[in-house]
Amino acid sequence: MEPLKIADRLKERFADEVLEAKEFRGQVSVTIKKNKLLEICNYLHDDQDLLFDYLVDVCGVDYLGKKDKRFQVVYHLYSMRHRHALRLKAEVSENDAVIDSVMPVWVGADWHEREAFDMFGIVFRGHHDLRRVLMPEDWEGYPLRKDYPLKGPEKEWRGFLEVLEKGQKFREFQWEE
Amino acid sequence: MENIEHPENTFETRELNVNLGPQHPATHGVLRLMLDLDGEVVKRCTPYVGYLHRGIEKLGEHRTYFAALPLSDRLDYISSMNNNVGYVNAVEKLFGIEAPERAQFIRTIVAEMGRLSSHIVWLGTHVLDIGATTPFLYAMRERETILDLFEILCGARLTVSYPRIGGVRNDVTQEFLDRLYEFVLDFPKRMDEYETLVTQNRIWKDRTVGIGVISAEEAVNWGLTGGTLRGSGVPYDVRKFFPYDAYDKVDFDVPIGKNGDCYDRYIVRVGEMRQSNRIIQQCIEKLPKGPVMAEEAKFTLPPKDMVLKDMEHLIHQFVLITKGPSVAEGEVYVSSEVPKGELGFYFVSDGTGKPYRMRVRAPSFVHASVLPRLCEDGLIADVIANIGTIDIVLGECDR
Repeated sequence: MEPLKIADRLKERFADEVLEAKEFRGQVSVTIKKNKLLEICNYLHDDQDLLFDYLVDVCGVDYLGKKDKRFQVVYHLYSMRHRHALRLKAEVSENDAVIDSVMPVWVGADWHEREAFDMFGIVFRGHHDLRRVLMPEDWEGYPLRKDYPLKGPEKEWRGFLEVLEKGQKFREFQWEE
Repeated sequence: MENIEHPENTFETRELNVNLGPQHPATHGVLRLMLDLDGEVVKRCTPYVGYLHRGIEKLGEHRTYFAALPLSDRLDYISSMNNNVGYVNAVEKLFGIEAPERAQFIRTIVAEMGRLSSHIVWLGTHVLDIGATTPFLYAMRERETILDLFEILCGARLTVSYPRIGGVRNDVTQEFLDRLYEFVLDFPKRMDEYETLVTQNRIWKDRTVGIGVISAEEAVNWGLTGGTLRGSGVPYDVRKFFPYDAYDKVDFDVPIGKNGDCYDRYIVRVGEMRQSNRIIQQCIEKLPKGPVMAEEAKFTLPPKDMVLKDMEHLIHQFVLITKGPSVAEGEVYVSSEVPKGELGFYFVSDGTGKPYRMRVRAPSFVHASVLPRLCEDGLIADVIANIGTIDIVLGECDR
């Protein structure tokens, strides 16, 4: 099915939820409110004409100062049977950075959601194991946010200080005569 | 006396925690697995990744599109050529430009060479993990030839950055094509040798048939791609589904498995190597003449010799390097088939010369997440087979 037609169907069915459908370079993105995300995903996954069985990717985007709602969680969907693709974007505000996990629909969302939590601090409600995945567990801050400096925080991470300390100790080590 | 009647009372049994990695030769990099063992059976498997995290997505946001290209080399360092091809294709889609036909064919050739070299390393190390030493020694021979060819082509062996936005860095030489063609003619024989050593080997089959089984529906639901998915019988291949470069102009098959176990994934990847060889051969034979760089003054870097001679080209070069091109506002997601699976780049552009958001969808990241599903309730020896069969590179997983 043509991606724009899929967007129309979504608009018909979830009139209050769909905010915008946009095409760029032949790819269609549908922006939605986050409240009925699971319902929409279930519909996209189960409907016989749509059958989006493959969740390509989940990622966060930080629109600091550009949009009212700071974050977007972007889902790239694809249907193996019908061979059509769709991009779903859910808006998440900074004060209430919580969104439903889509793991009940696609298990593959597991680590992608953990990464979005790790990098943006977006909490996925219902995720079975929401821990940091790439950064150390006791890391402070969310690296991919726009207000996070490129070279990292001023204060070194505890683990790195430990390594430096140990290196210094080994350098000063004296073998007994 | 009582103890002898009830031997289970004579010793204590408890679950054992084993830490596999991050420095373990069989984990193919810095992957760490925490295994909870009950005897030899894995009860729980928890992967820990991130030891190689370099923040490539963050770095990409602070560089122009041209300057972020070498970052993609560092994703999957075994097949940097494929990452480059994926990156430039995504950026070209965002810019709305197209590379000339000759450049597309050359990119297809080098991408398939990258695939061959990656699959050969995978074959060698995977069988080595399981206990067959011989193929590994010979696998390095073929890889060496391909790396030598890369060196002839662009001077670099591993981090090549040879494909560029709008084409490729330089045209291929006749020497390169001759030596590559020689290699291509020779390669099927080499493949036969490997297959003689491995495919029907009793020990190999005992260790891989029926191990790490995942059904087609489940594999799709997990988001697996590449050989890992096709081993389960789903013919999803980005080269066929979203043809890029010259893949729609050459003839090749997509091998698929049936049972979704380690053995089928092995068969699929071996078949893929033969297909890659076919693609390279056809591309060399059909290689069209023409330029290798698109002439889009606003989006591609001008030829270096013209920059030194001509004022206008110099200005273009200066603007593109310092400010970056002015790109339309919008977002694209473009994927390409790398040896590990589907590598996707998602760019959000805000109209400046740098990507507002650069997201890398790494196949190894998804494949690492499926490890618990494959390993749990299996034997600890099969964990090694499972790590090998999903073919992950931690540089790409951690980004």
